[in-house]
Amino acid sequence: MEKLPTTSESIPTDGLFRRSSWSRFVESQIQNVMLLCASLSILTTVGIVFVLLNESVYNVTGGTAFFQEISPWKFLTGTKWHWDSGDFGVWPLLTSTLQVALIGGLVSIPLGLASAVYLSEYATPRTRRIIKPTLELLAGIPTVVYGYFALIFITPYVLRPLFGLVGLEVGVFNGLSAGIVVGIMIIPMVASLSEDAIRAVPQSLREAAYALGSNRFDVSARVVVPAAFSGIMAACLLAISRAIGETMAVVIAGGQNTSGLSVNPLREVFTMTSYIVNVSSSDVEAGSLEYKSLYAVALTLFCMTLTMNILSQWIMRRFRETYQ
Amino acid sequence: MTNPLLGGAKRRGVWFEYACLLATWSALFFLAVLLLVILWQGTSHLSWEFLTSFDDRITPEKAGMLAGLWGSFWLMILTILFAVPVGVGAAIYLEEYSADSRLARIIQVNLSNLAGVPSIVYGILGLTVFVRTFGIFSKGALVERLVGHHVEGLYFAFGLHIPLPLKTTVISGALTLSLLVLPVIIVATQEALRSVPPSIRHASLALGATRWQTIWRQVLPASLPGIITGIILSLSRAIGETAPLIMVGAATFLRATPGDIETPAQMLTNPQGVMNAPFDEYTAMPIMVYNWAKQAQRAYQDIASAGIIVLVVVLLAMNGLAIFIRNRSQQHLRW
Amino acid sequence: MPDSMTTEPQFSLTPPTVNRSENAPAPATQRKAKLEARRLNFFYGENQALFDISMQIPERAVTALIGPSGCGKSTFLRTFNRMNDIIEGTRHTGEVLLEGTNIYDPRVDVVALRKRVGMVFQKSTPFPKSIFDNVAYGPRVAGVRDRAKLAETVESCLLRAALWDEVKDRLHDSAMALSGGQQQRLCIARALATEPDVLLMDEPASALDPASTARVEDLIFDLKSNYTIVIVTHNMQQAARVSDHTGFFYQGNLVEFGGTQALFTKPREKQTEDYITGRFG
Repeated sequence: MEKLPTTSESIPTDGLFRRSSWSRFVESQIQNVMLLCASLSILTTVGIVFVLLNESVYNVTGGTAFFQEISPWKFLTGTKWHWDSGDFGVWPLLTSTLQVALIGGLVSIPLGLASAVYLSEYATPRTRRIIKPTLELLAGIPTVVYGYFALIFITPYVLRPLFGLVGLEVGVFNGLSAGIVVGIMIIPMVASLSEDAIRAVPQSLREAAYALGSNRFDVSARVVVPAAFSGIMAACLLAISRAIGETMAVVIAGGQNTSGLSVNPLREVFTMTSYIVNVSSSDVEAGSLEYKSLYAVALTLFCMTLTMNILSQWIMRRFRETYQ
Repeated sequence: MTNPLLGGAKRRGVWFEYACLLATWSALFFLAVLLLVILWQGTSHLSWEFLTSFDDRITPEKAGMLAGLWGSFWLMILTILFAVPVGVGAAIYLEEYSADSRLARIIQVNLSNLAGVPSIVYGILGLTVFVRTFGIFSKGALVERLVGHHVEGLYFAFGLHIPLPLKTTVISGALTLSLLVLPVIIVATQEALRSVPPSIRHASLALGATRWQTIWRQVLPASLPGIITGIILSLSRAIGETAPLIMVGAATFLRATPGDIETPAQMLTNPQGVMNAPFDEYTAMPIMVYNWAKQAQRAYQDIASAGIIVLVVVLLAMNGLAIFIRNRSQQHLRW
Repeated sequence: MPDSMTTEPQFSLTPPTVNRSENAPAPATQRKAKLEARRLNFFYGENQALFDISMQIPERAVTALIGPSGCGKSTFLRTFNRMNDIIEGTRHTGEVLLEGTNIYDPRVDVVALRKRVGMVFQKSTPFPKSIFDNVAYGPRVAGVRDRAKLAETVESCLLRAALWDEVKDRLHDSAMALSGGQQQRLCIARALATEPDVLLMDEPASALDPASTARVEDLIFDLKSNYTIVIVTHNMQQAARVSDHTGFFYQGNLVEFGGTQALFTKPREKQTEDYITGRFG
C-alpha cells in the first residue's frame, strides 16, 4: 500500500500524555500501602526471631540473655530441668515433647492416610462431599476442648479400664491421653494433605495399572500410595510439627512432671509448650533466669518446627515437580 | 471362586477397603463421642444465667461466662479491625501488583513458614512486644532516659487513655491474635482473588480503568464472598485460641467485662465504655474453659463442659455462616 | 494437508453484499493513517513474537488481521492499546503511533490511551453487574458522576451497538443473563462509552452462532463510518465480508497488506495465496 499521511496535524494528541493530579498520586501510593501490608508478614517473622534471640542468645535491649548465663552446651545436653537449683537441661522437656508427638503421629498418620485413600480412591463424590467437611470439623474444634476431653473422658473411661486389664496404673495426667487427642486433632491435616498428594498422581498411572489387570487394592496400595509417597511424607512431617507445637491439650491432660526424664507415657509429662504456659502463668519476674528460660525453650521449639516445615515444603516442591 | 489366587486377591482388596472405611469412620466416631460427652456433661448447666453472670470461685453453680463472652467479642472486633485490612491489602499486593517478583516470592515462602509457627510462639511475641514492649517503658529504662520522665501512657481527649506498654489489655490480645491469623487471611484472600478470571481485569483495564479502579470496582466485589468466607473461618480459629492469650495475660478469673459493657444495649448508651474497652483487662471464652477444666472440683469440670458448648455453638454458627455465604455466591456467579 | 485444497469448499471472493457497496470506503490514498507501526519487534521473554512490522491502519475503515494461530496477529493488535504491558517480561523495539504520537513514549498515560483505543475481546466479558452498570463503567472510572449524563451515554451507546431495543426494558438486570451474541454487543457498547476513536476487536465473533455473528458483522460495518476498526479473525470469509483492508500475518511477519478485495483475489505472495486457499492454517 502506498504511504498515507498521518492524522496528527488535525487532532492534538497531547491528551495522551500523563498529567499530574491528586488522583494519580493517590493511585501510585496505593501500591506502596499494599506493599507495606505484605511486608508486615516479613516483619512478624523478623519480630519472632528477634524476640527469641534477644532474650535467649544476645540481649540488645538491656540485660543479659539466657545463654549468656547458662551454657548452651549444658542446656542442650542436660538431663535435669530444675530451675530452683539452676539445672536447665532441655532433655526432660524434649523427651516429653517427642513422646507426645510420636503418639500423635502413630494415631494420626495411619488414620489420616487411610481416610485419604478412602476419600480419593473409594468414596463416591456424594460421600466425599459429606465426609470431608465433617472431618474438617475435627480441626476446627479448639485444642482446649481436646485437652479437657482427654482429661475427663479418655484417661478415666478408656485408658484406665484398658490398662487396668493388664494391671498397669494410669496417672490422672499422662502423656498417652494427650498424645491421642493431639493425634486426632491433626487427622484432618494428614488426610487433606495426603489426599492432595494422592490426587496429584496422574490418572494415566492408575489406568495403566488397571489395564495390567490390577484390582482397586493393588492400584491404591501398590501404585498410587507409593507414587504419592514423598507428598505423603511431607504431609506427615507437617503434622508432626503441628503436634510438637501443640499446647493446650498437653497442658491440660499431660500434667507438669518435674521429676526428670519421662519415658513412661502412662505418667505425667512436661513438654516444652506446657513449660512455657506454666512459667508464664506463674508469677515470675521479667528479667529473672526462669523468665528468660522461657525464650530459650521457645527458641528450641521454633527451630524444631521451622526445620520440619521447611523440610516438608522442600519435599512437597520436589514431589510436585515429579508430576508436572 | 474357582481360582484360589483370584479369590485371595479379591478378599485382600475388600479388607483393605474396609480398613480405610473404618479409619475414616473412627475419626468421625471420635468427633461424635466428644460432642456427646460434652453435651451430656454440660447441658444441665446451660441456662440464661450461665450466659449473663460472672465467674464464681466458691459456688460453681453460680459461675457464668459473661466476662468471657464479652472478652471474646472485643477480641474478635479488634482482630477484624487490625487483621482484615492488612491481610486483604497484603493479598492484593501479592496477587494484583507484584506479579511474581522476587520480593513477592520471599513473602510467599515466609507466609507458609509463618502458618507453621506454633501459636504459643506468637504468644511470646505478643508478650514481649505488646504487653511489655521489651520493658523500655519501665522505671529507669530507655524511654524514661530519652523523654526525661516516666511515661505511663498517652492521654487523649474524652478520657481516652492508652497505657504504654499496652500491658495485659484487650488490645494486646487482639494484636497478638491478628498476627496469628494474618497468614491465614492472606492466603484465603489470595485464593479468592485468583478465582476472579483475568478476562474481567483485562476488560476493565481496556476500558481505561486504572489498576486500582479495576481492583476496587471489579476484582474485590467479585471475590468478596470468598474473602468473607476466608475471614470468618480464620476468625473461628482465633476465637478458640487459648495458648497465646494465656501468654499475653488474659485473666483466668475476672468479674468484669471490658469497659463494663455487659449488655448489647450498653454499646449504645455507654460510649465511654466502648472507648475504654480495648484498653481494659479481659478474659476470653477458651481461657475460662481452661480455667474451669483445671480445677480439681468435679462441679467446675461440668461447668467447663457448659462453657465448651457455648464456644462450640459460636464456632458452628461462624462456620455455618461461612458455608452459607459460599453456597449463595456459587449460585449467583458462574464465570 | 496440501491435497485438501480441491475438496474444501471455496468461499466467494466477490465483494460481500451488494447493499453495502454504496457505503464502500473512499480509495485508500485519500485517507489518513490513524495508527501506524514502525519497525515493530515484540518479545515475550526470549521468544520474538513480531518481526519488524511496519504497517499503516487507515482511519474510518475496517482493517482485518488474518493468519494462522500463533502468527502474532493478536499480539500486534494488543500493542495498539498496550494491553501487552500486563504480561510480565514483554518488551518491544520500534514505534507504534496513534495519530503521530508514539504510544510507547514514556510520557504517555496508558489509561488515557485505552480510553481512546477501545477493545473487544474474543470471549465476551460482561462484568457481573447490570447492563446499565456495564456500559456506564468506562465513563464512571473516568469520573462522570451525573446520572442523567450517564443514562444518556448508556442509551446512545446501546443504540449504536444495536442492542437498545432488546434491553431497554431491563437495563438494571444482570448482564450475565444475556445471550452470547447480546453479551458481545454489550461489550462493544461498553467500549463505545469511553468515546474512543479506534476499536480493536480480537476475534469478536469466534464464539458466536451464525445469526449472532451476522449481527455483530453488521454492527462493525455500521460503526466504521465513525471509528477506525482493527479486527483480528481467523475466519477468512469474515475478513472478506467486513474489512476494507487486510493484513496477512505468518510466523510473526506481516507477509502482505492491501485492500481486502485485491488481497483475496490477487494475492502477491505465495504464502498468502496458500493460506487463503486453505493449503495450511
